[in-house]
Amino acid sequence: MEKDKVPQDEGITGGVTREVQYAVDKDGKYVKTFSKGWEPKNIVNELAWEDIQEQVDEANQKIKAGKASPIMHFMAKNQMNPTLLADYAELSKWKVKRHLKPRGFKKLKPEQLENYSKVFNISVAELVNFKPE
Amino acid sequence: MKLDFEHIPAGHCENGVISSLLKYHGLNLSEAMIFGIGSGYFFAYLPFVKLNGIPLASFRPVPGMIFARAAKRLGIKMKKQTFRKQPKRAMDELDKVLEKKLPVGVQTGVYYLSYFPPAYRFHFNAHNLTVYGKENGNYLISDPVMEYPTTLTYEELKKARFAKGPLSPNGKMYYPINIPENIHLKPAIIKGIKQTCDWMLTIPVPLFGVKGIRYLAKRVRKWPDKLGARKAASYLAQLVRMLEEIGTGGAGFRFIYAAFLQEVSEVMDDQRYFELSKEMTQIGDKWRSFSSLAAQTCKGRSSDPDAYNTISNLMLDIASDEEQFFIKLKKLIRNAGK
Repeated sequence: MEKDKVPQDEGITGGVTREVQYAVDKDGKYVKTFSKGWEPKNIVNELAWEDIQEQVDEANQKIKAGKASPIMHFMAKNQMNPTLLADYAELSKWKVKRHLKPRGFKKLKPEQLENYSKVFNISVAELVNFKPE
Repeated sequence: MKLDFEHIPAGHCENGVISSLLKYHGLNLSEAMIFGIGSGYFFAYLPFVKLNGIPLASFRPVPGMIFARAAKRLGIKMKKQTFRKQPKRAMDELDKVLEKKLPVGVQTGVYYLSYFPPAYRFHFNAHNLTVYGKENGNYLISDPVMEYPTTLTYEELKKARFAKGPLSPNGKMYYPINIPENIHLKPAIIKGIKQTCDWMLTIPVPLFGVKGIRYLAKRVRKWPDKLGARKAASYLAQLVRMLEEIGTGGAGFRFIYAAFLQEVSEVMDDQRYFELSKEMTQIGDKWRSFSSLAAQTCKGRSSDPDAYNTISNLMLDIASDEEQFFIKLKKLIRNAGK
């Protein structure tokens, strides 16, 4: 990689920062240069976000069909699976799985709802009243 | 309170933090030098470890290892602390060390680092940064992958230090407590290079080093058939992200290693390392072609088997190049040790 060929394709860095890219200068010596980004990286990053969005969409479908509780939406949105959510909520995984179902969700006590909404960084009302579009 | 700490942007967080911590204490070693001495160059394919449900391919050893090896080989003593389930204590301890005018390296989860561009923010828990002060309740942060220093609130930093899931940091923090007056670079370099050669060439499990690249190449060929177009694209995309995304200096650390070899050629006063650095640059360039080709294939999630075949062949080609390269380097370093 030569210094003057370091790509500057703005994308995931969003104008917030630039990344260090190692490249050789005209004397063949390595230097640290800055790159605003590179199109292939932007493409694969976008794909990863597409996968997350797909899980959110799936969760929303299930909630609409009455097969899942709002927790499933926020779990997907926060890029979590039941194992990670259980870790954050300090609950066992099987309990989290029960709360992902509408029946288990209805039985949650206020302090349990509070616990989940804290993990998702939202209010209890946002959690309880969540309706997918 | 703000320490007189220089923010040095780096390719890779772990080495970047160590390099700038050492610089604060008067020892000038580049990120590339730490990376090389710590045998940071590697390849591993771990089909049984899943990241986002996708088998993990890694172009480096497990987090913390590069730095532990480099410190040991240079005779630097680091103080390391973790605080399981004690966030308050972890934050108090950080404050205490800062009061002693010592910048501190901490391990964090990327998901909670508010200063990152949103596109960066995945659950990845082995990100390192330096805390170099506290002003108005906010922590002064030198994150090597950021162009400029930033800040975090108490709550943000606490959350990031206690991110959960794989590789959870448990509040891990570290700082140098003893740096020898005379650093012996040569023996450290030799040890670092030898281990890299061995790890790339001789681990008798087909998932590591050059063999691992070949193994994965064969898998990639089958992905569209086995997984379907959509999933195959996700797999390939994650592979490219491991190679290129935040903190590799490009091409899965291959360019950082090339920079390291240039420094070695100066320390050893031996032009042959400079020549090998050029070869490593070519290997890095090939990985960049791989990334470019793979990204194009992911885009639109086409399942064109020809594209996956081409990608697989390119990986096999790179594996051969890396094999030849490390055979040469191994010969060279064996004689350097005498």
